[in-house]
Amino acid sequence: MQLIDRHLGISPDALNVRSQRFELLSANLANADTPGYKARDIDFAATLARVRQGEGEMRTTHGSHMQAGSGPLHMQVKYRVPAQASLDGNTVETQQEHAAFMDNAIRYQASLNFLDGRIKSIISALKME
Amino acid sequence: MSLFNVFEISGSALSAQSMRLNAIASNLANAGVVSGSAEEAYRARYPVFSTIYESARAEQPPGGVRVDGVYESKVAPRKEYSPANPMADEEGYIYRSNVNSVEEMANMISASRSYQSSVEAMNTTKQLIMRTLSLGK
Repeated sequence: MQLIDRHLGISPDALNVRSQRFELLSANLANADTPGYKARDIDFAATLARVRQGEGEMRTTHGSHMQAGSGPLHMQVKYRVPAQASLDGNTVETQQEHAAFMDNAIRYQASLNFLDGRIKSIISALKME
Repeated sequence: MSLFNVFEISGSALSAQSMRLNAIASNLANAGVVSGSAEEAYRARYPVFSTIYESARAEQPPGGVRVDGVYESKVAPRKEYSPANPMADEEGYIYRSNVNSVEEMANMISASRSYQSSVEAMNTTKQLIMRTLSLGK
């Protein structure tokens, strides 16, 4: 299993962090009209580094301990600095969130493509083609 | 997988924005209502949004949006001297609703744009989930 994990590389972790970023960005978009809401984003590089190092993960020190999934514990969330804050204290800039959402979608697809290639190469190796 | 949470978050935005659209429709429909006293006059209603937080921890991602309540506009209803109107009080005044149609229209555009952006977010997420499901095929 570990061999396969190593073969898949960074892509599964990247997808995980990307999907967490999707959650944050969609929350920003959903709260575009909420008074006092502060837009947030994750520091992608820092979060991915923490995921790779296994930081913030529950350690299992006993055989009967259950493995907790890698959740939002890793997330390095930062507040966005607005270019033009609105009077009600809301710092969501919809156009910027849209751009970030699209950017995230494209990068997610890129990671998916890499992962797809790796999985296909495993399958062809197993079939000994 | 947290991609599924996007549906929950965007879905909450859709219902909040549609409630806002409902309030705007009701305000516009009642814009022409005339009454015999300042208390009875129709006042514009606006929903107020707030964020749903699943926990108080700062690093926890915020959830969707919900409607906290509906408040009535505090602007005084327009008083007009019109003794011929059957709704007029003893002094001959009628009270029109305090709905500002231009404001409502601007509000409506804002609400429909927010609705659209949430729908778009859901659509993109759906495509990505479908692509993730067909991984390795």
